[in-house]
Amino acid sequence: MSATTSAGAPRPADSERGVLARNYSYASISDKISDLVLERPAGPGWIAAMALCTALLLLFIVAIGWLFYEGVGIWGVDIPVAWAFALTNFVWWVGIGHAGTFISAFLLLLRQKWRTSINRFAEAMTIFAVAMAGLMPILHLGRPWFFYWLMPYPSIMNVWPQWRSPLVWDIFAIGTYIIVSVLFWYMGLIPDLATLRDRATTRGRQFAYGLFALGWRGEARQWKRFETAYLLLAGLATPLVISVHTVVSLDFAVGNTPGWHSTIFPPYFVAGALFSGFAMALTIAIPLRAIFRLHDFITDRHLENMAKVLLVCGLIVGYSYATEIFIAFYGGDPFETFMVKNRMLGPYAPIYWCVLALNVALPQALWLRRVRRNALALFAVAVLVNIGMWLERFMIIVASLQRDFLPSSWGTYAPTFWDWAILIGSLGTFGWLFLMFVRFLPALSMSEMRKLAHEKAEGVV
Amino acid sequence: MSEPAKIYGLIAEFGDDRVLVEATKAARAAGYRNVDAYAPFAVDGLADAIGFRRDRMPLITLLGGIVGGVGAYLLQWYSAVLDYPINSGGRPLHSWPAFIPATFEMTVLGAALAAFCGMLIANGLPRLHHPVFNAPDFDLASRNRFFLCIEARDPLFDRDGTQRFLAQFEPVRVGVVPW
Repeated sequence: MSATTSAGAPRPADSERGVLARNYSYASISDKISDLVLERPAGPGWIAAMALCTALLLLFIVAIGWLFYEGVGIWGVDIPVAWAFALTNFVWWVGIGHAGTFISAFLLLLRQKWRTSINRFAEAMTIFAVAMAGLMPILHLGRPWFFYWLMPYPSIMNVWPQWRSPLVWDIFAIGTYIIVSVLFWYMGLIPDLATLRDRATTRGRQFAYGLFALGWRGEARQWKRFETAYLLLAGLATPLVISVHTVVSLDFAVGNTPGWHSTIFPPYFVAGALFSGFAMALTIAIPLRAIFRLHDFITDRHLENMAKVLLVCGLIVGYSYATEIFIAFYGGDPFETFMVKNRMLGPYAPIYWCVLALNVALPQALWLRRVRRNALALFAVAVLVNIGMWLERFMIIVASLQRDFLPSSWGTYAPTFWDWAILIGSLGTFGWLFLMFVRFLPALSMSEMRKLAHEKAEGVV
Repeated sequence: MSEPAKIYGLIAEFGDDRVLVEATKAARAAGYRNVDAYAPFAVDGLADAIGFRRDRMPLITLLGGIVGGVGAYLLQWYSAVLDYPINSGGRPLHSWPAFIPATFEMTVLGAALAAFCGMLIANGLPRLHHPVFNAPDFDLASRNRFFLCIEARDPLFDRDGTQRFLAQFEPVRVGVVPW
């Protein structure tokens, strides 16, 4: 046999061993997922969604530009309600990010194989959500161009950050979280970028994917170090995700406002974060699966498992609501009891009851297997839970601030057009980033799917 | 096709990971030392087969975490106690419980950066080009094929003998990797 290198030689048939749903082999997994990026033209659904998201992105840019020019007075915030939409958006977006890390890191450590086909886009969701979250406190600063004063650096003013303030902890938590999320996501992408580099047919794509693949060769030593480092990053990201929302909750719990000053806040916020995050993961997974016909990779079992996590988180959130009410009355503090009564019957009572309906009552439908197995019903539940969780954050922030200790300092809050523009604009920007992601990067991890196919063939899973 | 003037090695292409692991073990047993195995995913046992023992990633990550954590704590202590002592509600200047959150976050950040950068540096990346990319069909190494390369710099390398050695595992083909 001669050492042939001629390009025209036909490639022999594959030994197609690896199977997944419907006998997927290593080759067909790689081809199907990379073709979403390399071959398939942008469909009308993608173009329509992109048009809408681009319009909202422009709205976001205009809203931020006007805010920087005119100041936070364009929002409805005032004393006593100095924190409103921006902080609500912040807490909500960070929470959404947490489910992505939970799926990719926590479930990896627990060896939950079903995470494999959903971890990539869940991580992308994390990064884009945390990017939106990170903008919100900066926009809210009043003098956003001085945001770097929060960082410890040897400034000529000879001052240092106040290390006892949760707001300083916050910038460390969010900053670390976004860097670690990007590292984790990019590292997982490297072998897939190499696949795209090798399968791309145009020079430009070969160059771009090749550049970002960093010359990955898939050598045995490379894989070994890669796997160890990936597992270590997962082990680091898991406590990190808990710490981030704990620190976010301390922004509130360290203040003495009734409705904020409570030791239940860290676990309550972390559960709420996972709850809203899994809702957002479902909100994205269901249309993604339908548009790109990924039913063989994102199966009904994935949706059902995510629905179960959603249900459990919903129960923990419901329990936290109950505990908050119980402690307010059991503790006997008049300001705390007033806070609970004000939430139930005060000016923002409709929001309170919506929160209970959407976050506590509605998820109970997920006890039914029929609902968990029905993509459309699940999508509806997920969207409504997202809305419910945003309202919950709004309720915690605004309904607590507007009635504090002295009736003479009470006030109300109503959002302006620019409040809404920031919220809707951030949603559009998130969507825009996500649409760009599914167009240019593999939405599912090809290398992990190949490993899954291998394990399936070996009878491991 | 004419033989290239300088070759990097000989490469065998397989359709099955088990054959690759078997061939890798046999190559090591036959005394070859400059052996590289390429796979489209992390094949269990392949790193052992190739004789890779010193995975330093955990140690690098630990060191990164220590540097991040100790550095963050010292920075807080220096700035709050020595450089800018400020009485905040009568709390002690060295109020260590309040220093924990930033210390924890910086520990994680240091460890994660060390894990990521350590993985790249130890793997010799980024290195955008490598002779093995010249191998025939090597674009399939990231898709569905498994490759075993015996480098020409190996003391036991022999153009014909090594080719015969690789051919006994019934590969899809044995190719020459031009330098």
